[in-house]
Amino acid sequence: MTTLTLAKALNEGLRKAMEDDPKVLIMGEDVGKLGGVFRVTDGLQKDFGESRVIDTPLAESGIIGTAIGLALRGYRPVCEIQFDGFVFPAADQIITQLAKMPLRSLGKVKLPVVVRIPCGGGIGAVEHHSESPEAYFTHTGGLRVVACSNPVDGYHMVQQAIRSDDPVVFFEPKRRYWDKAEVDKDAAPLPMGRGRVVRPGADVTVLTYGPMVKTCLEAANAVEGERSIEVVDLRSLSPLDTELVFDSVRRTGRCVVAHEAPMYNGLGAEIAARVTEACFYHLESPVLRVGGFSTPYPPSRLEDHYLPDLDRVLDAVDRTFAF
Amino acid sequence: MTVDASRGAEAPPELVQLLTPEGERVEHPDYDIDLTPEEVRELYRDLVLVRRIDMEAVALQRQGELGIWASLLGQEAAQIGSARALADSDMAFPTYREHGVAWCRGVDPLYLLGLFRGVSNGGWDPADHNFHLYTIVIGAQALHAVGYAMGVQRDGADAATIVYFGDGATSQGDVNEAFIWASVFNAPVVFFCQNNQWAISEPLEKQSRIPLYRRASGFGFPGIRVDGNDVFACLAVTRQALRNAREGQGPTLIEAFTYRMGAHTTSDDPTRYRVAGELEAWKLKDPIERVKAYLFRNQHADQDFFDAVDAEAGRLGREVRKRCLELPDPNPLDIFEHVYAEPNALLAEEREQFAAYLASFEGGES
Ligand SMILES: Cc1ncc(C[n+]2csc(CCOP(=O)(O)OP(=O)(O)O)c2C)c(N)n1
Repeated sequence: MTTLTLAKALNEGLRKAMEDDPKVLIMGEDVGKLGGVFRVTDGLQKDFGESRVIDTPLAESGIIGTAIGLALRGYRPVCEIQFDGFVFPAADQIITQLAKMPLRSLGKVKLPVVVRIPCGGGIGAVEHHSESPEAYFTHTGGLRVVACSNPVDGYHMVQQAIRSDDPVVFFEPKRRYWDKAEVDKDAAPLPMGRGRVVRPGADVTVLTYGPMVKTCLEAANAVEGERSIEVVDLRSLSPLDTELVFDSVRRTGRCVVAHEAPMYNGLGAEIAARVTEACFYHLESPVLRVGGFSTPYPPSRLEDHYLPDLDRVLDAVDRTFAF
Repeated sequence: MTVDASRGAEAPPELVQLLTPEGERVEHPDYDIDLTPEEVRELYRDLVLVRRIDMEAVALQRQGELGIWASLLGQEAAQIGSARALADSDMAFPTYREHGVAWCRGVDPLYLLGLFRGVSNGGWDPADHNFHLYTIVIGAQALHAVGYAMGVQRDGADAATIVYFGDGATSQGDVNEAFIWASVFNAPVVFFCQNNQWAISEPLEKQSRIPLYRRASGFGFPGIRVDGNDVFACLAVTRQALRNAREGQGPTLIEAFTYRMGAHTTSDDPTRYRVAGELEAWKLKDPIERVKAYLFRNQHADQDFFDAVDAEAGRLGREVRKRCLELPDPNPLDIFEHVYAEPNALLAEEREQFAAYLASFEGGES
């Protein structure tokens, strides 16, 4: 067991993947000498050389497009997008090419490309540095979309994503990069496509992922003894671990979905619809959502208001009991 | 032909220079400039004042008053020279580091500080100053500038457009597409690239194997490299390019060869990647010192003048600091303002719910 921050756990996961498979490449802006703006690739270029850890030109479409070409040639590129808001110049390559080429070849082409995206707010950044773009990608068939929330998952999930033959969009909650946890590198990891109950409870299920997992756990702890909140870390956003979700909601009879992204047309809407359909006779109240507003991300002095906090989660939980 | 992408202090051969680092006026066959002593003193004053605003902002960031700051240190001449070449009716499209251009366009520095403090996302009206909003997504504004220039062209207006971006930005698809559009539509636009040698940790060699100004020829318009630390040369070359644009001769790419003396932003750690000695070499080419030397050398200014400018800079710095500290935090409900021009039911509902939620704390505190 070692204690690692999420950033360091991802770093060690990447290192392990590179050691295990010489076809794994890292590419992105500033990933080399600087080790990435969040230092997730720190030291990798020093140890694996410039041909495996590639400082690319400043061009996101270029990063993903060339990664596709490298993958066609048998490599397994791991692309770093510096900040969430800068994935959009690459959206065309991800959505129209990366996601669809395997299908177009009737499965003959495999594109094992990982697109790592530091996501979400809470670090006091300027605009375009605090986006939650997951819904754009979960809306696209052909992509796997996952979100890690803690160092243990960070270490294992990044390796699983690299081993996957599907293209994976990999979200890393940037405000949790410096959170620490004990990581058992030898313990068998949960498969990447599965969610996890991170705190069992009896009265209400809170479904969440990424940066909000910690917030929801804090909310559950805050009302310990009064309300028994079950917190589920979805981990895989597409495909969704529906079995785990439905099982939890059927046990508790109440459900809240919490994420940072705007609620309108967000992942929460999809999950709420599915839970309602599958668990209708078990529900004591409607599925409620907690999320950001349907506005652009506000200037950082307002992000504490925009980001759902413990109180907003508890407010929604209370409302599920008011029906 | 030599391939020269060097970052060193040696001036590359193809560089327009009118004022040496020692403050000596030199001639260039294609470019000249005739400035009165008063005009030179004004340029000097601009350079000193914007450096002072920048220094104050860096200090404010260090004290936790700004979330982050992108310093212009070292790039003052490129910005002041090019911006002072603009006519009032010309439109400028900046990135996030054009504090000197903003200064010349009369934008209150408080807007810039507010953006980096996190109280707004800009907030000025671009039409008030013919200075567009800062653009953080690298290269996106190059296309906006070309479109704007196409509008100017259609309207038959006597104006040009200038767009600022960095060396790293030249790799973006948007910038290359902007080159194509500008070229085929013969748009009245000047592409002003401040090659400060670095895109965060990546040196120019990671973006280009040829000098950036030569890119233009492949797109079918002229490119020119200017000493970006020479305010005279930047002014002369930009003036000429803007005149050509206004006269219907289409776009020009100007590469201002300069150096980012500070970190990329206050969050960056240049010691991880910057070669030792590079900064020292560039300090000898400081854009302010050479104008000062020129003024002294030609007795166009005395110590009293320099002292007066310093004193003015001090006052400006103190004022900027004071006003920055006084910037109020926005109201939480501002999140819902200006998102749409037309009323929007979804937003109205979210706003109402959030207002009620906030009110529940104010009343309900026990
Ligand atoms: C599309 C996009 N990708 C990445 C970034 C992150 N980023 C901000 S500044 C920067 C480097 C820019 O370098 P350059 O264009 O040379 O301008 P400079 O900051 O040196 O003036 C990067 C990669 C961004 N803002 N936008």
